[in-house]
Amino acid sequence: MITLEALAPVAATGMFSYAWLMIATPAVVAAILLLFGSILDRIGHWLAVAAVLFSFSIAACLFAQQLQSAPDARAVAVPMFEWITTGMWHISAGLLVDQLSILFALLVTGVGALIHIYSVGYMAHDERRRRFFAYLNLFIAAMLTLVLADNYLVLFVGWEGVGLASYLLIGFWQHKPSAAAAGTKAFVMNRIGDLGMTMAIMAMLALFGSSAFTAVNAAAPHLEPFWATTIGLLLLLGACGKSAQVPLQAWLLDAMEGPTPVSALIHAATMVTAGVYLVVRSHAIFEMSSAASTAVVVVGCVTLMAGAWIGSSKDDIKKVLAGSTMSQIGYMMLAAGLGPVGYAFAIFHLLTHGFFKANMFLGAGSVMHGMDDDVNMRHYGGLAKVMKVTFWTFAMGYLAIIGVPGFAGYFSKDHIIEAAFEVSTVAGVTALIGAGITAFYMTRLMVMTFLGERRWREKVHPHESPWVMTVPLIILAFFSVVAGALMNNWIQEWLEPATGAHVQETALMPGPIGWATLLVVASGIALAWWIFGTKPVPNVAPASGNPFTVTGRNDLFGDLINDTLVVRPTLAVSRGVVTGDDRIIDAGADGLAGVFSGLSSQARRLQTGQVRAYALTMTIGVVLVGAVLILTQLA
Amino acid sequence: MSPDNYVYLAAILFTIGTIGVMIRRNALVAFMSVELMLNAANLAMVAFALARGGLDGQVATFFVMVVAAAEVVVGLSIIITIYRTRRSTSVDAANLLKL
Repeated sequence: MITLEALAPVAATGMFSYAWLMIATPAVVAAILLLFGSILDRIGHWLAVAAVLFSFSIAACLFAQQLQSAPDARAVAVPMFEWITTGMWHISAGLLVDQLSILFALLVTGVGALIHIYSVGYMAHDERRRRFFAYLNLFIAAMLTLVLADNYLVLFVGWEGVGLASYLLIGFWQHKPSAAAAGTKAFVMNRIGDLGMTMAIMAMLALFGSSAFTAVNAAAPHLEPFWATTIGLLLLLGACGKSAQVPLQAWLLDAMEGPTPVSALIHAATMVTAGVYLVVRSHAIFEMSSAASTAVVVVGCVTLMAGAWIGSSKDDIKKVLAGSTMSQIGYMMLAAGLGPVGYAFAIFHLLTHGFFKANMFLGAGSVMHGMDDDVNMRHYGGLAKVMKVTFWTFAMGYLAIIGVPGFAGYFSKDHIIEAAFEVSTVAGVTALIGAGITAFYMTRLMVMTFLGERRWREKVHPHESPWVMTVPLIILAFFSVVAGALMNNWIQEWLEPATGAHVQETALMPGPIGWATLLVVASGIALAWWIFGTKPVPNVAPASGNPFTVTGRNDLFGDLINDTLVVRPTLAVSRGVVTGDDRIIDAGADGLAGVFSGLSSQARRLQTGQVRAYALTMTIGVVLVGAVLILTQLA
Repeated sequence: MSPDNYVYLAAILFTIGTIGVMIRRNALVAFMSVELMLNAANLAMVAFALARGGLDGQVATFFVMVVAAAEVVVGLSIIITIYRTRRSTSVDAANLLKL
């Protein structure tokens, strides 16, 4: 593998020295919304929208400036302050605005702003709307910290910040026990990934004396293979936790308990892709260890199949989309693990996925809005006529995700499949089959939701959503169509300095693998149409003995596996510890106290209340003391 | 002069006082025995002071007598109070001060 010499970022001047405002503004607005209370109930949400739009405008200005400057002057370091100075450690907090992070900043603030606007309508009747927007802004600030950080420790601050925001927002409807439990589940499962992250950072600090990206990238080529593999696998563990990759995937489906805009922003477009960002950002380490990068590919392949499987068997529209998100992030992971050939494609797919998946989640939210928050697709049907805007925008996302030529997902996913075939046939075939299953479950979703006969519950009157919700849908649908073609040739060249990968030829016309992909996708669509489009859809899920269906409906038994392997042994150990504590430690302490109490109740019999006995004791004592004194004098 | 005989007398008086405190049940008698012990000590101190030719023993004796007088006032009033409430001055009967 040939990698380019890492270029040192240039010092910040002009606009770039204000890059920190991107993070500070939403953070401050979040604090204001939380601290000032109900006086902001009426305007708070617009304040939050303004904060994100402000961050987006800064990101856009910085991006424009980068476009104008020479390729080797595009990465800009923005030092902020000395963070930790103790002993031999000097860790400074700073921002790195380079080709990779600016794309993320644009995605986070751009899609984030659209979702903020959408939420104004979606959360209009929620009495805790101000708090919701405060959390959303907190998320934007944390996510920007994550992607703009110039070293792993600052990244970790953002990493934990998005975890917190995710926890708060999944459990936003805290009156529902299921939502509260889902938030806790996401938080706890993320801690496992964080363990990997912290250990990787500690290893970096111990080996390189610094956690800055530049220092790590510069020192990584001289790393011993053992340490490269260790750090790589630990980073992968962190990425698995955050990006809901197998084996830490189980929290994402439950995370759908949160309000739909949260699912769109955090659990589809931005936060869950942080793992992919982490792997691409740490490419220097993964390139030094074939074991670690193979592990990334394996995780990606397994997850893309697992997610697709779950997506195919769920009736809950949001869970289908969640499975699909897992699956698509699996594609990104797969690409990121392929090495330099895949980095740009991983980021490419991440960006297009950010658009079309946010689009579809918001579309699903719009459908739920019209259907009185019913999420069961078996109660939908025939919505295309009554929700025209939602249907057409959703259709754009649908065509993009299944990879119809010309739409965004076609370019990004096709490149990943081709790159996978270049590196390994197994990975390539997995990616190819995954594309077919994607087409299957997305067609199933479209057919069950928008087409076919109306299976609505009584007293449900679907209606189109207000303009604050449809305008973001239209904008996202627009990008779901054009984003792929816009970035197809440009993104590899743009990311070259940041990922150190050489540009590869990409053809607009599909090659043999491209045709095969199209064929698989077409058969996926046809199969789904044949099963769900030609026959009426039952109102309740038919009982099925098919092991594939049963496994899929139970989230591949992810909860059962976690319960058996982790939860129950942990409970057993803690019960054992409690018993040990009660029976041994507590009993020991109690026994000792009993001994002393018994001794003292014996000793207290000496206190008779008889004055003459006391006098006798005193006399004996005096005689004894006197005798001792006299005897020692004599001796 | 030799203080021997005075010291012997003081020792005998002290012993009588000690035994009196230990064996007599009547609080008044026990109290008198305590006084006897005090005066035995006083006698010993005066005898030693005489033998050494100094005055400190005599002075200390005065202090003891003053303190003893004060102690008698307190002690007798306690005994009288006990007698009033219990109709007895037996020290064995006054045994409530225990656990």
